[in-house]
Amino acid sequence: MSRFIVRRVLSIIPTLLVIVTLSFFLIRLAPGGPFSREKKLPPEIMANIMHKYHMDEPMLSQYFRYVGDVLQFDLGPSFRYKDHSVNDLIGTAFPVSIMLGTMALALAVLLGTSVGIVSALKQNKWQDYAAMSVAVLGISIPLFVIGPILMLVFALKLKWLPTSGWISSRAGWMTVILPAITLMMPYFAYIARMSRGSIIEVLRSDYVRTARAKGLKESVVIRKHVLKGAMLPVVSYLGPAFSGIITGSVVVEQIFVVPGIGRIFVQSALNRDYTVIMGEVIVYSIILIVANFVVDILYGLLDPRISYN
Amino acid sequence: MTDDVILQVKDLKAYFKLDEGLLKAVDGVSFDLRKGETLGIVGESGSGKSVTNLAIMRLIPSPPGRIAGGEVMFMGKDILTLDDEEVRKIRGNKISMIFQDPMTCLNPFMRISTQMIETIILHQGLDKVAAKVKAIEMLKLAGIPAPEKRIDQYPHQFSGGMRQRVMIAMALSCEPEILIADEPTTALDVTIQAQILELIKELSSRLGTAVILITHSLGVVAGMCDAICVMYAGRIVERGSADEIFSDPKHPYTQGLIKSVPRLDRTNTQRLYSIPGQPPNVINLPDCCPFFPRCERAMDVCKTKYPKIAELGPKRNVACWLYGEGK
Repeated sequence: MSRFIVRRVLSIIPTLLVIVTLSFFLIRLAPGGPFSREKKLPPEIMANIMHKYHMDEPMLSQYFRYVGDVLQFDLGPSFRYKDHSVNDLIGTAFPVSIMLGTMALALAVLLGTSVGIVSALKQNKWQDYAAMSVAVLGISIPLFVIGPILMLVFALKLKWLPTSGWISSRAGWMTVILPAITLMMPYFAYIARMSRGSIIEVLRSDYVRTARAKGLKESVVIRKHVLKGAMLPVVSYLGPAFSGIITGSVVVEQIFVVPGIGRIFVQSALNRDYTVIMGEVIVYSIILIVANFVVDILYGLLDPRISYN
Repeated sequence: MTDDVILQVKDLKAYFKLDEGLLKAVDGVSFDLRKGETLGIVGESGSGKSVTNLAIMRLIPSPPGRIAGGEVMFMGKDILTLDDEEVRKIRGNKISMIFQDPMTCLNPFMRISTQMIETIILHQGLDKVAAKVKAIEMLKLAGIPAPEKRIDQYPHQFSGGMRQRVMIAMALSCEPEILIADEPTTALDVTIQAQILELIKELSSRLGTAVILITHSLGVVAGMCDAICVMYAGRIVERGSADEIFSDPKHPYTQGLIKSVPRLDRTNTQRLYSIPGQPPNVINLPDCCPFFPRCERAMDVCKTKYPKIAELGPKRNVACWLYGEGK
């Protein structure tokens, strides 16, 4: 087990190196650059700027300089937000997105699995139909529709919750609720459908029939024999879901004016703000790798048939 | 009903409501089981053997299945009318079951110890430590080497034969009156089959447990059973002692089955006999003898009415128009 962990952690390094290399050159292949303007700057000023950001050097030496900086945990200066380093930008915005994403995912897992369990146990009864209808809505209605509707109902009409802002604003933690619920919807719906299907499958399995034939109560059969096996697909979904929910929060952050990383990401891509894009790619990659790694370990703990030796 | 009859099944019916129509998987099955006896239920796939026994345990998946009628008398009570609580006290305790595929019948996420102990604690009221001692003792009886160590392992660490031994140990851990073995050796290879059958035979006789052995193999019942029921299309078409069935089969279907067993004393030049045709589709079956399309001795009456049961002796009867009044 410990050897497996060491190997996996070490494998992060080459993976990241490949990602950094590919994105470094891909971004520079795209037309335009951070200093392209409608109105051309005088050539001597342009040359100054290029020199300041080392962009007048050959591509390869730029690359090696960048990799060298990254190895010292320095993601460089932003080309467009003057006086901000990429470390600053990501350092303030990323925790906001992670917090929002974590809360949304926790809600999605909690509600999704409960709804899935109820649906599976009441298969083809009205509870099941009701829950699965909600799930279909959750999957098919886009966030930019759900968000404004929730805002309209709960913030503008009922005035229970603030329309926008974040924890640092006057409304405090109340600001988190609407964006978290909006962001949760598709994940909640997907987890509900997945856990329902997987529970129904396990309920029909031979070992559950054995458990019933032993004279166990149905509640014990479900708690001890059904749930563990049925939750495995949900666990393996958590890795991609976690990184996806953080990346996917762009729309929600726009709607509810959350100072998260999503907006910076979109802006940096439009601005060709090379260093910011690179920084975000690196951080997202680390999140995805670590999330999948944690899920693999969890999976090993849950399923005795999986061994890491 | 004589004193030593412990299980009496009367006119048991189990139907499944499917999109294609009503599937009468079990349609009026009656038999009884004596204390310590081994009863074989033989039949082709889909003849209703397994459903009969799931119905006895009230384990038919419902919906789409339901028990449509009949009685299952056990210890003076009809299992089919008991409430869920009372049925659970019988399952795994008085009547227990082992199934066809030992690879999928144990919970892959739980240690053998947990799975065995939960049954023992539930039915015998022992504490955890005593239950584990009992479980180890049962595994030892079932021929598992080093049971103290093996008991804390997971099912995937056992081979198929070993898993079936675990299932047997678990099923017998509460010393049930009846063990229902549903094709216990079908998924195992031949050498292991013999060992598992031998184990069931030995343990059941040691514990005084009656056995219902469901199988499609006549070879298996020949060596194991005192009495045999032959099932076809959801009904018992012939029953008798093992000797009677093998030496003097009455029903053309039983005769066909016995003829189609390969024999060493015959030369290889003869082609092995097989019953012509396919087993019937039991959905929306008309009220005739379901075997007549494949029967070499079919008569006109077979096509219109299900045969009356002809009593040929005590515990010996056959459902065929060739015998009894219909003759």
